Amino acid sequence: MENTAANFRKHFPALSQQVYGKPLVYFDNAATSQRPDCVIEMQQKMTGQACANVHRAVHRLALDATELYQQGREAAAAFIGAPADEIIFTSGTTAAINLVASCYTRICLNKGDRILITEAEHHSNLVPWQMACAIHGTKLLVTPVKEDGSIDMETYRKQLDNGVKLVAVAHMTNVLGVENPLKEIITAAHEAGAVVLVDGAQGIVHSRVDVKDLDCDFYAFSGHKIYAPTGIGVLYGKRELLEQMPPYMGGGDMVDRVSFEKTTYGPLPLKFEAGTQNISAAACLAPALKLAREAQEDAELQAAMNATDKLMAEQLGTIEGLHCPSLANPLRKGIFSFWIDGVHPTDAAEIMDKLGVAVRTGYMCAEPIIRKYTDNGMMRASLMPYNTQEEVQIFMEALRRALKMLR
Amino acid sequence: MTIQEISEQIVEEFSVFDEWLDKYEYLIETGRQMPPIAEEDKTAENLIEGCQSRVWLNCQEKDGRLWFTADSDAVITKGIITLLIRVFDGQTPEDIAAADLSFIDRIGLKDNLSPTRANGLVAMITKIKAYALAFLQKEKEHDEQE
Repeated sequence: MENTAANFRKHFPALSQQVYGKPLVYFDNAATSQRPDCVIEMQQKMTGQACANVHRAVHRLALDATELYQQGREAAAAFIGAPADEIIFTSGTTAAINLVASCYTRICLNKGDRILITEAEHHSNLVPWQMACAIHGTKLLVTPVKEDGSIDMETYRKQLDNGVKLVAVAHMTNVLGVENPLKEIITAAHEAGAVVLVDGAQGIVHSRVDVKDLDCDFYAFSGHKIYAPTGIGVLYGKRELLEQMPPYMGGGDMVDRVSFEKTTYGPLPLKFEAGTQNISAAACLAPALKLAREAQEDAELQAAMNATDKLMAEQLGTIEGLHCPSLANPLRKGIFSFWIDGVHPTDAAEIMDKLGVAVRTGYMCAEPIIRKYTDNGMMRASLMPYNTQEEVQIFMEALRRALKMLR
Repeated sequence: MTIQEISEQIVEEFSVFDEWLDKYEYLIETGRQMPPIAEEDKTAENLIEGCQSRVWLNCQEKDGRLWFTADSDAVITKGIITLLIRVFDGQTPEDIAAADLSFIDRIGLKDNLSPTRANGLVAMITKIKAYALAFLQKEKEHDEQE
């Protein structure tokens, strides 16, 4: 089983390097994943060969670039079970959420309405809604999470009755790594007359997503957390909502006819894609998501990942004074955020870095949920299918060594 | 000892460490030797912006020289600010304001710190120099009044 992860790992050249003369243990995957060979090759192809702007010209390079770009969109669509014209390219999850917070709220909100988020959201799924509330004179409601990071569904259901028009919720939370019960959340929201945006930045990595089965209204994710390059993100939206929404930005490619008197907008998804997109990164979604799908369908690799996760959970449990709120939560996947009595997480991470171990510390762009538990920030170790049990052992040795120096 | 002499001493102390972990051990040890500052000195004014962990730097003037105390909730950070204090404690504001800080590069601290930490280091030095400049400004205004 351990071999399966080791074999999968071979796709990722960055993982075989040494840092400070030590083998790299990369446990900062929730921030960004590493890129496989197939993605690096596509990036080279898009800059070394098919380097042209899309949609606009009839020459060979433009046709090649357009074709590869379109394949990226189709790959994204297939990966989440949506038609390609409901897939809007953005620069990332943050831009996708901002698009909805800016454009959809203009058609759905009236004074006195509410937007609802949870206590465990990333700033990207919090600040855009605060900004929308300020513009529309509406109020933001926050559903609490329980001690182990699970959403408090009872409170959520009660809050929905307060004129909530939009629910924005993480598929999987980025600090505690807890998967939310999306179907229940979405069904309840729809019954209350609210639409649901799912922040899939973490969830897309660890769960299979079918937006039609979920019946979510919007689903946003980033390419770079799932093997693709930075600078490409996806917003899925239900066609009828996207059609009603005004465009986000004006510019080239998003129009039908333009005159000084009147401009009509292009069809979906172009209406929301003003200007030249990150063509190269979009094309890379095809190989990236193909590999991600293969990994999801590889039962042995999934079993290896689960075993590595389990080993990590057991080992962290042996450290005295370590607090990981979601450690035993069965809905937690691949992410471990914790703090340790008497040790500043940044001190520990800096020492671990010198031992070759990469982790994240601080507030993980989700300050409210971290401060619910502790004031100095946390350390986060986040795993991907390419991480091995051997790496967990190296991580634990590094952590123990850091604690010995710091306590 | 002058700022220059203490700096040289620190570079020499650091030169015995080949391993980065030994340098951290040294910083941790250094940080632990600095007594914690009084709670009432942990003010917003004394807080240094731009560090990943919180750092407070308190400055007092006595007989034309500046004296510093500092604290941080991260011990490596406290070690770094303690090193800086060792260099600047009891020096004149003129010397502090004019100090050349190449020793930080020479001990390799900046290169091997994480970028956020390196930003923090720059912020600490800026704060120390700001205290010196503020004092000089005050003195100047005082002289002008007389």
